[in-house]
Amino acid sequence: MIFSGGSLVHILDLLGYLILFPLIAAIFLLFERRDSSRSLIVQLSAVAIGIVSLLLLVLGYNRDTLLYAVGSEQVGQVMFFIELLMVAFILYLAVKHRKTLAAVLVLLQAGLLVWFETSLSHGLHVANNLFVDQFSIIMALIIGIIGTLICVYAVGYMETYHTRHPEVRDRRNIFFAILFLFLAAMFGLVFSNNLLWVFFFWEITTLCSFLLIGYSETEEATNNSFLALVMNLLGGLAFLAALIWLVLSDPSGRLLDLNYLLTTGKALALVPAVLICFAGITKAALMPFSSWLVGAMVAPTPVSALLHSSTMVKAGVYIIVKFAPVLSGTTEGLMIALVGGMTFALASFMAISQNNAKKVLAYSTIANLGLIVACAGVGTYNLMWVAILLIIFHAIAKSLLFLCVGTVENRIGSRNIEDMGGLIVRMPRIAIMMFIGMAGMFLAPFGMVISKWAAIEAFIQAPFGLIFIAILAFGGSATVFFWSKWMGKIISVMREQEVLEDTVKKEKWVVLWILTGLVVVVCLIFPVISWVLIEPFVLNIYGQTAGLAQANLTIMIMMLCLLMIMPLSMLFYRKGPHVPATPYMGGRPMDGNMHFAGSLGNSREVVLSNYYLEKMFGEERLFMIGTSMCWGLLLIAGIMLVGVML
Amino acid sequence: MIPAEFQPIVYALVYILVAPLLGGLIAGIDRKVTARMQGRVGPPILQPFYDVGKLFEKENPVVTVTQNFYVLSYLVFMVVAGALFFSGGDMLLVIFAFTLSHIFIVLGAYASYSPYSHVGAERELLQIIAYEPMIIMTAVGMYMVTKSFFVSTIVSSAVPIILYLPGVFIGYLIVLTIKLRKSPFDLSTSHHAHQEIVKGVTTDFAGPNLGKIEIAHWYEYVFLLGVIWLFFAWNPLVAVAAIVVAYFLEILIDNTFSRVKWQLMLRSAWIIAGTLGLVNLGVLYYLGMVVMP
Amino acid sequence: MTYLAKSPWIVHYNASSCNGCDIEILAALTPVFDVERFGIINTGNPKHADILLCTGSVNEQNKVPLKNVYDQMPEPKVVIAIGICAATGGIFRECYNVQGGIDKVIPVDVFVPGCAARPESIIDGVVTALGILEKKRAAMLQKGSAEGTKAGETV
Repeated sequence: MIFSGGSLVHILDLLGYLILFPLIAAIFLLFERRDSSRSLIVQLSAVAIGIVSLLLLVLGYNRDTLLYAVGSEQVGQVMFFIELLMVAFILYLAVKHRKTLAAVLVLLQAGLLVWFETSLSHGLHVANNLFVDQFSIIMALIIGIIGTLICVYAVGYMETYHTRHPEVRDRRNIFFAILFLFLAAMFGLVFSNNLLWVFFFWEITTLCSFLLIGYSETEEATNNSFLALVMNLLGGLAFLAALIWLVLSDPSGRLLDLNYLLTTGKALALVPAVLICFAGITKAALMPFSSWLVGAMVAPTPVSALLHSSTMVKAGVYIIVKFAPVLSGTTEGLMIALVGGMTFALASFMAISQNNAKKVLAYSTIANLGLIVACAGVGTYNLMWVAILLIIFHAIAKSLLFLCVGTVENRIGSRNIEDMGGLIVRMPRIAIMMFIGMAGMFLAPFGMVISKWAAIEAFIQAPFGLIFIAILAFGGSATVFFWSKWMGKIISVMREQEVLEDTVKKEKWVVLWILTGLVVVVCLIFPVISWVLIEPFVLNIYGQTAGLAQANLTIMIMMLCLLMIMPLSMLFYRKGPHVPATPYMGGRPMDGNMHFAGSLGNSREVVLSNYYLEKMFGEERLFMIGTSMCWGLLLIAGIMLVGVML
Repeated sequence: MIPAEFQPIVYALVYILVAPLLGGLIAGIDRKVTARMQGRVGPPILQPFYDVGKLFEKENPVVTVTQNFYVLSYLVFMVVAGALFFSGGDMLLVIFAFTLSHIFIVLGAYASYSPYSHVGAERELLQIIAYEPMIIMTAVGMYMVTKSFFVSTIVSSAVPIILYLPGVFIGYLIVLTIKLRKSPFDLSTSHHAHQEIVKGVTTDFAGPNLGKIEIAHWYEYVFLLGVIWLFFAWNPLVAVAAIVVAYFLEILIDNTFSRVKWQLMLRSAWIIAGTLGLVNLGVLYYLGMVVMP
Repeated sequence: MTYLAKSPWIVHYNASSCNGCDIEILAALTPVFDVERFGIINTGNPKHADILLCTGSVNEQNKVPLKNVYDQMPEPKVVIAIGICAATGGIFRECYNVQGGIDKVIPVDVFVPGCAARPESIIDGVVTALGILEKKRAAMLQKGSAEGTKAGETV
């Protein structure tokens, strides 16, 4: 154990601050009903949380894993008490909305909790409840910067949302309180070393997402929120089962120490690892459970952005990546990796057939989480490196895209991609941001392609890697298809359109520009991030680490610079001689509004629609295939696990 | 002799200067051979150069000025991809740069909002997703044989790669038909007059912009044929012969098949070429991991 | 000599022809006449073409499309009217809806008479047009240098 003596600020204080400060902000927001002061609280807290997470980076990046003995029996008691309150609350809502399955699951969980607390928890002692290492710092930065940016954006968004949806009850004080509670829970999750604490924060994120998805209180929203709840409760049960298994194997509770557990080797850690990874799969919305994340689209857009980029699903992959060393080389790990791989390929295919912008983003998220889990499940050192890289790049680009789509939706009143034609004329700045965000998702030399490339190079050295390379090759090309056709829609130039983006608020612009800048800057400096944070972390666990070849890095950065210089050619072209022309329409008479003279003097509008290839990549068909195959894989993993237990 | 550290730069420069000449010549020979197969005399060998020369003599009408940017980026990144390849760079990086350049031409076609170029753009995207997995598998196959993704290592390997990767090679030839815009896979645009969507992707480009697209195609030809070279790199004479035979085969196929629908193209590329490649790689993997670990 | 003359690409527009002249145009592309020898390609797209081959007379329905096709061809460009209908309206000139030859709508550079025009004369017409194309190119260059660069703004 190493203490961070010598510095002015104790790192432990920062951890406590990051977990508790959002909580305090949440309480303030709960009782604040005025727009102006709410906006002020959110902005100030965002700045404060952001700065502290950066401070944590500065102080903590060059240290080994730091463990802290804080908290006591009482804290555990309080947590248990809060968990029971949560159970009661969910039970009340489940009965109110007549959701039997949710009620049964929550009762089951309550029973297990009470049994655990009364007959197993005596004498449990975990020496260190909190910890911080480089991976936690990365997660903290994602939560502390991207998460809070989304909160700042949400202030303006929710104002517009309520004017556009007068039928929805204005409960913004609760909404923002939950957002900050969510952040607090996420900080708690990534800093907890005691698995009981992890579980506690885990359940809070489940509850928060449940409440946020159901915010609009429509029937669809309520149903989808319960869908999310049921699936996550299932995962919660698996998590609880892992805890019980750990305590039964060692009544002293030593195994509940996360960082200790990871070092005990496969014999002890495999069973809880697989159970917790199952919980992670439900939370990360991989294939059999992907429907909850797609259903979560009914929520206001900042919620989707938060769930997809910095919280919730990232909690799921965080815990799976954490357990990657235990999974590596085991058949169970391979099964989990295959679930991830199948999810990646099929979700990418399904995204082709969607014209709802948020659904495309949802499937893309599911696909990328699948890829992260595939990396973690195989679990070699270079794949761990790739998985963390994917988490970073995905969080930034996806939050940007969600917020852009939210802004567009509020202006054009639709989230259908087909309605986004000519966005480059109507909302030029937003369109360029979306363009950069999408480039970040699938074009070289941006983040996700760097990661996919590293993944191919890593899988080729891993056992059974060829399966994953095939999955990556086919799924990756599907990614190219659905992003490019969306990009094409945005940039197709239609004439005589009015500019719509002047009404976008200043703070929203600030958030969007910061995120756009992050997409590019993180791409440029990712070698530094890798060198400072990811490589030491991987080195610490595996004793060796990965990275891209120096020559390739140079070329990538040169390509990125070239890509940034190329648009400057527009300046030249705007000045230079050119002859305006009309698009080719087979010679039909046209007006500037893209109307052409049809037969018998009718005037018709040119309407161009993208390909969705429904028959080949239809959602229902692929979902059936994916769900059954992934259930099958999980079942195999489960059976093998029972074998191990016995 | 050139110092070793400058060699990649020299190779890249040679590619940048020589590839368009070579590519144009290949295109000219292609047209001549095609004409002879159809019982015609055909144009002069240098005809592609005349065509491009003419295109640069014309004015440059654009629907939107951004089209200029997309076409320029298409050309620049095609050159970057090829130069990376010939300077011995990482195959995967080359493939990603190659895809990037094609995305730009697709975006250029989308930008004009003409139905013909729109359909062309959608089809071009379908072509990209059809060939990309196979090209990645080609790179992976070469890695499995030579233990390196770097072209410089692959090309200097003394192993006859083709003997290890026959399935991958056939798969590569199948997607090469897509890439060279030959029938039956010339869906997005065609060199022939019989295109049902006017000129597809290139419909709304005229004059110098079209000329740039042609030059990019020339660069592309040389790069694609360079990949064939890698399969036979252990013996340059055989490699040249293989390239000639492969290209002749492509012309023959071009002149004997009619265009197919996109479904059949996607299935041919994913199922037939993909299976050939995957089975080939699977056998290699098995031999490498189990028989001779 | 410029490259223009070595690579004349054509686009073919049937105004309201009886298809007689059209068949003869397509015959010029066959192995017997093989116009690709001269670098001539039938592009089917005005934006790629240098020469507009037009058959048939102009009527109310097709005069605007014809004008559009012509306008979309990049400069320098020439128009060849193939057949007697395209020149004067031919036997249809007295019809209530026929306006006459295509020179009523767009400027024509070469007239190739005949009913139907023979492939040899069509090829001859194209070769004549090449000379005009080169002159137009020279004129365009002169005009360009006189005016300086044209500045325009589109989206």
